[in-house]
Amino acid sequence: MKARVYVMLKTGVLDPQGEAVRHALGSLGFDGVNAVRQGKVIELDLAEGTTEETVRSMCEKLLANTVIESYRIEVL
Amino acid sequence: MRAAVIVFPGSNCDRDMAVALRAAGADVSMVWHKDATLPDGVDLVAIPGGFSFGDYLRCGAIAAQSPISRAVVAHAERGGYVLGVCNGFQVLTETGLLPGALMRNANLKFLCKTVDLRVATTDSAFTAGYHADEVVALPIAHHDGNYTADADTLARLEGNDRVAFRYVTNPNGSIAEIAGILSENRRVLGMMPHPERAVDARHGSTAGEPLFAGLVGQLALT
Repeated sequence: MKARVYVMLKTGVLDPQGEAVRHALGSLGFDGVNAVRQGKVIELDLAEGTTEETVRSMCEKLLANTVIESYRIEVL
Repeated sequence: MRAAVIVFPGSNCDRDMAVALRAAGADVSMVWHKDATLPDGVDLVAIPGGFSFGDYLRCGAIAAQSPISRAVVAHAERGGYVLGVCNGFQVLTETGLLPGALMRNANLKFLCKTVDLRVATTDSAFTAGYHADEVVALPIAHHDGNYTADADTLARLEGNDRVAFRYVTNPNGSIAEIAGILSENRRVLGMMPHPERAVDARHGSTAGEPLFAGLVGQLALT
């Protein structure tokens, strides 16, 4: 089985990299980009039967820093 | 006083840290990250700067899961002293020994320069060698030194006098100009600036010396 984990900075945490991307899009002439948030996608190839609970534990212990990041798990 | 300097793959300030501690009189051993135990009788663990594990995933995140990190956490929980500088500070936040997190610098630039810091508290073994509100110039060299914490954590840090150093001019966007913080028992210090790079006249500054001298002196008494 496979799972995909999306890690994003929490809402309200300033994302200077996303902000730099927004500026660059503006200077390329793309108008109307109100905000850009940049995150990570982590793909996991897992043994059959691995539970979503286990993936959640991986997120809590390592994949995300929950002080500043939120995560979302997608089991594929 | 016995100190252990932890070495991760990608640490690059480990020898400087050992030199600074030895100059202050400490008996220093270097400890590889795969070791699961600290040498007997260690009073202080120093986690040096660098780019442990290539900063993969997040700065300090992989190092915080190393076998030795469990021993460092246990040492801190027993009331042992821990100093984390730069990447070492990032490792300490990732282990949970210190609250908050260090994010990418607000201006996105890698900063490598000497900055002025104000000593925010002298109530710790690390900062007792300075005067209150003393301004000391120490080098910084980091890309991810933008300290952040939620409002409750920040209020706790401020209310319990746990901010050790503040930037005089904020270089990286850190909340409340925080450059270094102490644990609740004041025995764990994490800081982004490098005191070990300012302990010899040939470094151009000896502003880091009181930190090591004060620390080694105080721990030698215990």
